[in-house]
Amino acid sequence: MGMNVVVCVKQIPDPAAPQSLEPGTHTLDRSGKLILDDSDAYGVEMALQLAEQAGGGDVTLVSMAPNGETSGLRTALAMGAASAVLVSDDALKGADALTTAKVLAAAIKKSNPDLILTATESSDGYTGTVPVQIAELLGLPSITFAKSVVIEGGNVKVQRQTESGYDDVVAPLPLLVTVTAGVVEPRYPSFKGIMAAKSKPVETVTASDLGIATGAAGQEITSVVDAEARAAGEIVVDDGDGAQRIVAFLEELKLV
Amino acid sequence: MAINSIWVVVELTEAGPTTTSLELLTAARGLGSSVDAVAWGTNVAANAGVLGEYGATTVYDIGDIGDALPGSPVAGAIAGAIAGGSGPDAIFIPTSYDGRDIAGRLSARADLPVLTNITGLVGGDTMTTQHPVFGGTQIVNASFTGNGPGIYVIRAKSFAPEPSGGAAASVSTLAVPDLGNTNSASITERHVEERTGPKLDEAAVVVSGGRGLGEAANYALIEDLAKLLHGAAGASRAIVDAGWVPYAHQVGQTGKTVKPDVYLACGISGATQHMVGMKGAKNIIAINKDQDAPIFTIADLGIVGDVHKVVPALIEALKSH
Repeated sequence: MGMNVVVCVKQIPDPAAPQSLEPGTHTLDRSGKLILDDSDAYGVEMALQLAEQAGGGDVTLVSMAPNGETSGLRTALAMGAASAVLVSDDALKGADALTTAKVLAAAIKKSNPDLILTATESSDGYTGTVPVQIAELLGLPSITFAKSVVIEGGNVKVQRQTESGYDDVVAPLPLLVTVTAGVVEPRYPSFKGIMAAKSKPVETVTASDLGIATGAAGQEITSVVDAEARAAGEIVVDDGDGAQRIVAFLEELKLV
Repeated sequence: MAINSIWVVVELTEAGPTTTSLELLTAARGLGSSVDAVAWGTNVAANAGVLGEYGATTVYDIGDIGDALPGSPVAGAIAGAIAGGSGPDAIFIPTSYDGRDIAGRLSARADLPVLTNITGLVGGDTMTTQHPVFGGTQIVNASFTGNGPGIYVIRAKSFAPEPSGGAAASVSTLAVPDLGNTNSASITERHVEERTGPKLDEAAVVVSGGRGLGEAANYALIEDLAKLLHGAAGASRAIVDAGWVPYAHQVGQTGKTVKPDVYLACGISGATQHMVGMKGAKNIIAINKDQDAPIFTIADLGIVGDVHKVVPALIEALKSH
């Protein structure tokens, strides 16, 4: 018996490039090239491994991005995912977490998966609520912050991070699991994978195709201000006296 | 919509409410005319005194949830109260593992928007929330526009906890409705990773290590240095995820928020994720070989150098000091 896994992935502006907010809407400027969020590679890898262990099954990507953007999806397809559903709709620009979750939940439902994997949060918005909102909208259990995921029979066994260590948590399929970067080591796409990804199916849909109304978000950004800047510090190149500089600094604070 | 009634989701441990829960109660007192707590577990009534002392009039007791994860039952109980017309104007939830689960489920179940990563709140006719972005260099101000109660997910250490001297909260039961299949995950075993020395989020000095340490074994340097400075040892998400150190050491967005007198970052480049959790330190010292590392933009003293040389030299210097 195979297992069908949906992985939610986000295509984000390159975190290494300068980031800015759009002046009018104060939402993150996503007009440039988008890449696969690094933190999503772990979910993709976990999905590929779990499908393989189950003796087959499809790994489907679900993503929401402006302008029909697929470059990040191609990266995940090159790793081995079979296909992707992309929700792209101008009406979703600046969508809040709940609207995003409604859109993704509707797109996921079409695949009727046994398991949904996501990162714990995106690297750009880091709201961290979308995965659990999706689970609730689909009426499914969820286990967040997984550092280990094992399928046994019809159950998923997860080691879930806690404030003081971790918990062993068990839940029946189907469910949603959010994975940390510790869960698996993602593979690099092979040349063959990259070539194959170019012809893998990406279905593009709009919010209305999914039956989702795009109204007011229920929240707004009123302004953006500079944070109180820390006074410029002293940056020195270590010439063998680095440690002494730190000792002197700590002495000034009367800590040593 | 003016905020009158605020409910604060309180997480209880065997030792009582978490510090963040008390911070949220304190903040709520200054913003709403009535403050109540929502809690679960077997010891809610036993905490009515301390919850009252920090400003709760009533504590809504969801009761024992057994081995369930709190997300579904706690969100279900609060959503039930809202649907029944007895909900508050605002719900404050700590940014924690379970807090984020509760917020997400409550938002979807009650069809209410949620604002997360809040580090400041300004009252008034419309409550304004403050959110640090781009590693804390800018602050986004936001507010809810709808009629329903807003869900506010607030970061640790955003407010100082102060008792109000209030009388013990009255205890009132909050029923958990039918949760369908959403509550079918259960905890089979809890693992506590022991640690020694001062607690990470309470220590006056925090020494943290990152990828720049090169390998797991070198984390011993961080622990030695922390011990010499009577501080706690912290870590970046990168090395926690890599399995070098237990999760309890993580400083940052998804770990602990720390505000020590001195934060010493060793081999940490300063990802947004990390800086949000330590930017509030009074003094920041950074050691990194890359002079363009973002951590230097917030460091009071930055040493551009090799942690493998500077840290052992620092340990020797402090030993002979």
